[in-house]
Parts: sequence; C-alpha cells; structure tokens
Amino acid sequence: MTKYLLSTHTVEDETRESRTEEEMRELGRRVGTIEREMKSSGAWGFSGRLHEPDTATVVRVSDGEVVTTDGPFAESKEHLAGFYIIEAEDLDAALGWASKVTAAINAPIEVRPFAGFADEPMG
Amino acid sequence: MSRWADSARDPSAALDEAEVGRIFREESGHSVASLIRVFGDIDVAEDAVQDAFAIALRKWPREGLPPNPGGWITTTARNRGIDRLRRESRGRELLGELAVLSSGDDDRGEFEEEGPVDDDRLRLIFTCCHPALSREAQVALTLRLLGGLSTEEVARSFLVAEPTMAKRLVRAKRKIKAARIPYRAPADHELPDRLPPVLAVVYLTYNAGLASTTEPSLCPEAIRLARILVALMPDEPEVYGLLALLLLTDSRRASRTRPDGSLVLLAEQDRRRWDRALIEEGHAIVRRCLRRDQPGPYQLQAAINAVHADAATFEETDWSQILALYDQLLALAPTPVVALNRAIAIGEVEGPAAALELVDALDLESYYPFHATRADLLRRLGRPSEAAAEYERAAALAPTDAERDFLRRGGRAAR
Repeated sequence: MTKYLLSTHTVEDETRESRTEEEMRELGRRVGTIEREMKSSGAWGFSGRLHEPDTATVVRVSDGEVVTTDGPFAESKEHLAGFYIIEAEDLDAALGWASKVTAAINAPIEVRPFAGFADEPMG
Repeated sequence: MSRWADSARDPSAALDEAEVGRIFREESGHSVASLIRVFGDIDVAEDAVQDAFAIALRKWPREGLPPNPGGWITTTARNRGIDRLRRESRGRELLGELAVLSSGDDDRGEFEEEGPVDDDRLRLIFTCCHPALSREAQVALTLRLLGGLSTEEVARSFLVAEPTMAKRLVRAKRKIKAARIPYRAPADHELPDRLPPVLAVVYLTYNAGLASTTEPSLCPEAIRLARILVALMPDEPEVYGLLALLLLTDSRRASRTRPDGSLVLLAEQDRRRWDRALIEEGHAIVRRCLRRDQPGPYQLQAAINAVHADAATFEETDWSQILALYDQLLALAPTPVVALNRAIAIGEVEGPAAALELVDALDLESYYPFHATRADLLRRLGRPSEAAAEYERAAALAPTDAERDFLRRGGRAAR
C-alpha cells in the first residue's frame, strides 16, 4: 500500500465563495458521502480544508535569526486549499478516489505519492 | 544506463554482432516484460537483459544460436538479475520478497527456458502508456522497453541529445516506481480510456519515422509494435485499424520522397512503386473491420487510405467515397485537422471554392498543412498572389527542409 496526498488548490482572485448556501450544502453532502466511503474501505487517513492563504505565516531562519513574515510561502497564484491523505493499492486506485472527489467539488485534484511517513523508516 | 546495442564492440564480429543485436531487439520486449513481473522493478529487469546481451555477444558467435533465443535471453537475464541482486544488500532484501526464490528453484540452469508470456508485454505497454505519464515519456518508454531500442537510438529518433533522453527515461521510471503505476493490463471497462494513448504512441512513432531523415527505421518499428498489439488484443477493432493505417501509409513511403528528400504529392506519385503486398495486407484488414462494423478513427483513416490505394491513377480516385468516410470520421473525431482533410475531399468533389469556404472557417493558423491547403485552393481558383503568400506562410511553419523547399517552390517539385 502507498500513501497519497490528494490536494486541491485555490487560484488567487478567483473567489471561492461564489457558491450559494444551497450549493455549499449539496457539495458538503457529496464530499461527506465520499469520505464515508473512504473510511469504510480503509483508504482514508486524514483530511482537511484550509483557510485562505492570506491567513498564513512563514517562519524562516535568516542570518541565524528566526524571522516571521505574514503571508503564504509560495509566490505563485495557486495555493493549497485542502487535502486528503489516503492509502491505496496503486496509482490507479488513488486516481479512482481523486476522480470521485474532483467530480464532487468540480475542481482539479493533484495526486502525489508520499516518499515516507512519520511512523515508517525513511524510504 | 543500460544500452545493449552499444556494448562490446568487436569489428571482426561485426556481422554476428549486428545479427545478435537484431535478435535482441526482437526479443527484448518479451524478456524485459516478464522480468519486470519477476523482479517487480524496471531497472533490475533492464540491467539483467543488458547483461544477457553481453553474454550472447560472447557466446552466440562462437557456439551458434540457441534453439529458442527468446527463452535463452529471459532465462539468462533472470539468472544474472538474481546474481546482481545477491551482490547488493538492498537487492537481497528485494530477493527475499520474491516468489521466484521461495520454491528453492534458484539453481543456475534449473529454470525452464521461458516461452513468451504475452500477458507481460500487455502489462508493459499499458504501464509505459499510462495516462499519468507525459506523451513524450510514454513514447520513450515504449520504444526503449517494449521495442528494445537503445537510449541513444530513442534519442536520435526524436532529435534530442542522449543525456536528455536518458533523463526523461529515468524520470518516467522514477514516477512509475514512486507513484506505483501498476503493472497490469486494464480491465475491459477501462479500455476506452486506456487504449487511445497506446495507439497514439504507436502512431506517433510511425509519424516520427516518416518525418525523420535520420531514423526512418521508426516506421517498421511502429508497424512491428502495431503487429504486437494486434496479437495481444485481437478483439479490439481499432488496433486492427491502426495496423491497417500504418501498412497502407507505408505502402507509399518509398514514393513520397524524391532522392533529394523533397516530397511528392499523392497526385504525382508513381503508383507502380507502391508496395502491393502492404496494400493487400492493409486492404484485407480494412475489409475485416468493415464486416465487424464497429468503426473508429483509425479504421476510418485506414479505409480512406485503402480507397486511395485502390485508384490506379489520381484521377480515378473515388473522392465521393473518401468524402463519405471523412464525414463519418468528423462525426467521431470532430477536430479541425479532420475538418481540413474533409475540406480537401470537398475540393475534389465540389471544387475549390466550396473547399476554401470550409477551410477559411477553421482555426489552424499554426498548422502548416492548413496554409498549404489554402495555397493550393487559391492557386486553383486563379488567385496566384494570395496563393504565393500562403505558400510562404506554410513554408515558414514546415518542420523539415524538404517540405520547406517544396512549399517555397509553390508546391511544385524541383526541376
């Protein structure tokens, strides 16, 4: 089994809140159904949705000093918006889950394998 | 990086070496495919087959061909692979997990010489052409692993430097391993998604051979791959369609260029030089596809080429038949390129004015055949200065010198 990160991204200037409340509830129901399916099949590891990237803070060491700055790390327009960590037999199985999620939320999903996990030896 | 065609050069054995190389290219796809299953690792399988090639280069010229060269290669490579893995600590871990040793039959020579296991080659081609890999990577992996070409040969075929191609292959194999792209043939219900990239890779390989002056051997290579696919997937009409399309296109390959490399239009080709054997084989497949009546884009393109092959002269071409086939093709594959080719058929059936009207509605500014077609239609409509400007636009976009020269002369052959 391999662990995969399934991630969704927001694009700056594209408003995320353009959905109506009813649409948001419908989306929540669809995603909820998939998550229950993930859990009952043992694929689900963890998942979460993130606040907007302007709520992010970056900490880095510069000249031996810890410097804290406001804003996201990546200078790109796309930022991580939410993710699943799943376990799957192979890429096809992971892509199967990603297909379901992308159909439910109508946004692209990036599927990326984990190289190692905290409870495993580094691979 | 393994390159079995480049090992151990000995000029005195040049002929034998070439023959050994040819047999290896034929057989290595089988061996690599079954050893990937055995070892669960592409690099281990490739290196093992490379080792077997080095041994064959020493032994075969001296002792003669083994009765079953393919089986010999697989068996020898498997033994060498196990030896290699034993020498490495990570390899010993891997070996521990392998079913191949659990039965205790790991003594050298104990293996039966393996016959071809076609399921493995089917797994291999679907892994190489997995949609999670870029088209470039799919083509490179297919030619390298299934086609048995060396990295250098693959690089030359696509006009990239060998280190660039080597990097591309390494990256693709790393992705297969890290992301766990499965080594299995898709189920029937997955085939509609998974077969098109496989067919596209073979078709692209053929066209690369057609366009390349340095590596025309890609054309027979693509036909060989298409024959393999037909043998592996006899129930898929589009696989037959692809093979027929390649055979019929290939029947004209010798007559489509002049000795100086310039192109000869279909209308001007010497049809007596078309390869009748290839045409007959292509025709037989097209007829079988028609009886099956599950048309697809490759079958329809093959049928169009079969109509061309039927005409003893350009004037005798049954353009209404070709137009009817393009109508079907456009319905299945509504792309601007298909629409352009259909417009050319309209130009033959209804005349250049009707064709130009259709062509002008297409958005293909950066596709040089679009400009070449417009140029030809404008010329036929008696608008020479507009035609000349279009020939120049086409020439500026043409991929090869031969095609550029041809277009700069206004679509006429050099005198």
